[in-house]
Amino acid sequence: MVKFQNISKIYPPNTVALDDISFDIEEKEFISLVGKSGAGKTTLLRMLLAEEKPTTGQVFFDGKDVNKIKSDKLPELRRKIGSVFQDYKLLPSKTVYENIAYAMEVVGASDGEITRDVTEVLNIVGLTNKYCNFPAQLSGGEKQRVAIARALIHRPEVILADEPTGNLDPYHTLDIIRLLLKINEFGTTVILATHNKDVINSLGKRVITLQDGKIIRDEERGRFTL
Amino acid sequence: MFRDGSLVAANIFILVMAISAIASLLVFQDASRFLIDSIQGKVDISVYFKFETPEEDILRVKDAVSEVPEVKGVDYVSRDKALNEFTEKHKDNPILMESLAEVGNNPFLASLNIKAFEASQYEAIASFFDNAKFESIVEKVDYHQRRPVIERIYSLTSGLNRVGVVFSVILVLVAVLVAFNTIRLAIYNSREEIKIQRLVGASNWFIRGPFIVQGVISGFFAALICLALFAGLCWAFNSRAESLFPGLGLLGFFLGNFWIIFLVQLATGIGLGATSSFIAVRRYLKV
Repeated sequence: MVKFQNISKIYPPNTVALDDISFDIEEKEFISLVGKSGAGKTTLLRMLLAEEKPTTGQVFFDGKDVNKIKSDKLPELRRKIGSVFQDYKLLPSKTVYENIAYAMEVVGASDGEITRDVTEVLNIVGLTNKYCNFPAQLSGGEKQRVAIARALIHRPEVILADEPTGNLDPYHTLDIIRLLLKINEFGTTVILATHNKDVINSLGKRVITLQDGKIIRDEERGRFTL
Repeated sequence: MFRDGSLVAANIFILVMAISAIASLLVFQDASRFLIDSIQGKVDISVYFKFETPEEDILRVKDAVSEVPEVKGVDYVSRDKALNEFTEKHKDNPILMESLAEVGNNPFLASLNIKAFEASQYEAIASFFDNAKFESIVEKVDYHQRRPVIERIYSLTSGLNRVGVVFSVILVLVAVLVAFNTIRLAIYNSREEIKIQRLVGASNWFIRGPFIVQGVISGFFAALICLALFAGLCWAFNSRAESLFPGLGLLGFFLGNFWIIFLVQLATGIGLGATSSFIAVRRYLKV
């Protein structure tokens, strides 16, 4: 489903962020990318969204080279990939409901579709009773659940989670990871980039470890070892 | 969209200046054409004949002059007609009338008033009389006295036009730059929202559209302000312009050409606003 093939990224003049990275991700897989800050995790995720181009190599999604997709077709790719970030990226002037609905408004969904789908995802992330709260009135964990709900709204094939628990306490961290596992059980591929040791060790899923832009380990039921 | 109030105000202000400059060029070109036409209409060459020249000779000269290709028309003003015109024109001026009575007889010379198709052709017509055979009957050719006036008007209007064009080009460049930067800042201020729009798969034009629309709206309002400004100025200076150049009714001109002026202003405003936004969006809003 996702294929990184001989990816290298060199920032001028000669900073090597990624060095000949190749790996595949299967459908419905839950994969964790681990590594120190600057190891290249986020760069890889941005390449899948075609927000960044590799210096050499190709990134395939559903068999298509994402860098060969025309710019007017990129939004379609991004609707198939839901993204969640450490800083949530919610609009502070919109309520929980509006933040999620916004993702549907931008693609021209009807009011009926928006009400139906937003209610459904709010139910999945367990925030039905907080739909009219503003982000400032929510805890970190709740904000991240809103972000996950928004990422789910287009029924994506893949969820990219870039340090989703970076700002959360252990309780909320567990909460978010459980939610991602639940989403994965529903059939969505999850790519999780993190450096949270406890999270990785508790998952028991595939782990790819990056160091200095290279893959140093790719284990089926991996553990956090750096 | 208009959260950056002062920026948008500055943007509209500079757009108003640029639109005014361009629209003024249009109005100025029309006004200067009117001025030149009216002065050209008044300008002619007067050839004065000596007292003793018989009328038949003058009429013969008239026929000969009419053959010259540059000549548009020739009017014969006899001595009596010249006297009548003078007395008619100055009948309310007792000093002039008294002086005329003092002279006793008709002091006026018979003349031919010659009109050319274009101001530049007067030279050729005047040279027609630089001929030995006319020396005995022609008293003087009254052209050279008027020539500097015509040339001054020509050089003044073409000079002003050139200055206007340069001034407009500079203002247009400044307006594009300011509008461009306003949109650039608007993009910068909305960067978080743009990031989220991209994240959730908004189409390119959904993200870019509002900024282009902002440019168009600024241009539209600038055009409206400009139109009001023009109407006010034409109304305020109407009587003054009319007294300076009879027949040049600013308000009449404005109302008569309202739609053209409005369309020029609208097209300039919207064109400038949209173009600068489009460049800013292409440059700073990579999707």
